[in-house]
Amino acid sequence: MPLARLDDVGLSHDGGETFILRHVSLNLHKGEFVALLGPSGVGKSTLLRVLMGLSKPSEGSVTGPQDDVGAAEGRSAGKRRAQALVFQDARLMPWRSVLRNVAFGLEGLGLNRQEKRERALDALRLVGLEEAADRWPKRLSGGQRQRVGVARALTVDPDLLLMDEPFGALDPITRNSLQDELLRIWQQTHKTVLFVTHDIEEALKLATRIVVLSGSPAGITGELTIGAEQKTPDSPAFRMYAARLRAMIAGEPDPGGAPYWRSAEI
Amino acid sequence: MKAALSRRQRVALSGFGLLVFFGGWEAAVRTGLLPSGMVPAPSSLWQAWLDEVHGGFWQQAILDSLSHYALGLLFGSVLGALIGLLCGMVPVLDAFLAGIVHLLRPVPGLAWVPFAILWFGLNTSGATFVIAISVFWINFYAAYAAVRSVDPELYELASAFGHGSFFGRLFKVVLPASAPGVMAGLRTGLGQGWMSVVAAELFGVPGIGARMMQASSLLATDVVVVYMLTMALLYAVTDFLFGFVRLRVLRWQA
Repeated sequence: MPLARLDDVGLSHDGGETFILRHVSLNLHKGEFVALLGPSGVGKSTLLRVLMGLSKPSEGSVTGPQDDVGAAEGRSAGKRRAQALVFQDARLMPWRSVLRNVAFGLEGLGLNRQEKRERALDALRLVGLEEAADRWPKRLSGGQRQRVGVARALTVDPDLLLMDEPFGALDPITRNSLQDELLRIWQQTHKTVLFVTHDIEEALKLATRIVVLSGSPAGITGELTIGAEQKTPDSPAFRMYAARLRAMIAGEPDPGGAPYWRSAEI
Repeated sequence: MKAALSRRQRVALSGFGLLVFFGGWEAAVRTGLLPSGMVPAPSSLWQAWLDEVHGGFWQQAILDSLSHYALGLLFGSVLGALIGLLCGMVPVLDAFLAGIVHLLRPVPGLAWVPFAILWFGLNTSGATFVIAISVFWINFYAAYAAVRSVDPELYELASAFGHGSFFGRLFKVVLPASAPGVMAGLRTGLGQGWMSVVAAELFGVPGIGARMMQASSLLATDVVVVYMLTMALLYAVTDFLFGFVRLRVLRWQA
């Protein structure tokens, strides 16, 4: 049983005949880190919002994790949310302190003040921003704001963590360190992650599986499972996979049928 | 070139401006440039004020006007902000009220005085009504504009974290996000309210406005000016006090 499932999903613009997405089927399994890779503006964020339930698909069906999944895992039902979203622009509320921004998703879950505070602080600790709890968002750097966005999503203890190009607007050094941090958090929490990006190297670095979304209307044009050897930057395996992903994005035939370095070895 | 002034410099300069204003005024009256029958000299105001205080008129007028002002401000601000917020949030209500708003908006507070007398009589309620009307529109438009300029992405954020319902959006997004605009409306209303106090008391409800009308019918210009300055002072005090409220509510903007 996949944790979340898109079945032949289509989405048209304003319910008309122009489709943004068409015939998209995708299964997400528990514990996976899936990168949704595609060119800018192709509809990756739209697909994420369909999965999140923020947009209704015009065709097909969406099955997401249910809010009470957590009951079996020791935490009482109703005190967590099934899915959480990290936005590209962090999207913090300027009138809330960092701590209260993180606690935003916890409100309405029947937690008392102390429980909310503790869980929000736990999440801030996880992203290394505990000491910024009482600061206002505008006093944070871009990287710190994005960390708060990640903490806000983690604190609701979601089964599925959806991330919409969360590091796209950051400088390379900050992006790199946040990627490392995300991997550490993923290994620590075993969350299922769907990570939207247009950056092939980022997808290869982070994901256990890469799904390529391309075309117009957009559909899934390829999929690769990533192992440890493809994750070493500038290794032949890494370069080969990057080439295959580029072909998938461009809608060209997969060059991966006969890896050139392997035929040379034989 | 805009020279940056420190806070202290600005306060000092504005004090100096007032000094020049009153000094020039006094000099103009003393030299006969302004006929003293037309304009009272600032130095004569002190005695006029003392007379008003000794007679108890000044204190009573302030108390009366304050009660009209406070009540009118309360009703006008709360109703204006509330209806403005709702119109900004609910498109159906917005469209329904659009025609009515355009019809009533241009009517000045003063034009409502006959109806205030008819409906409420020559009493506090009548004066309160006139003040409330003029304050209402300021707050209505301020709140409406504030809601319309809320970043729509915040609604998406609210939906993503389980606060997508009407009340979720209202309390988690609309109220805090529009607070700066609503506060600006309240502040403008504080000034507008004092301006309408005179209009509201024109027809004989006791207060600062009524006292000014009495004095002006007796050509007691010094008393008129005393109450003008009184009103300026009261406005300054209310605006100063409101500054603390604003600072508290909008701490995050500091």
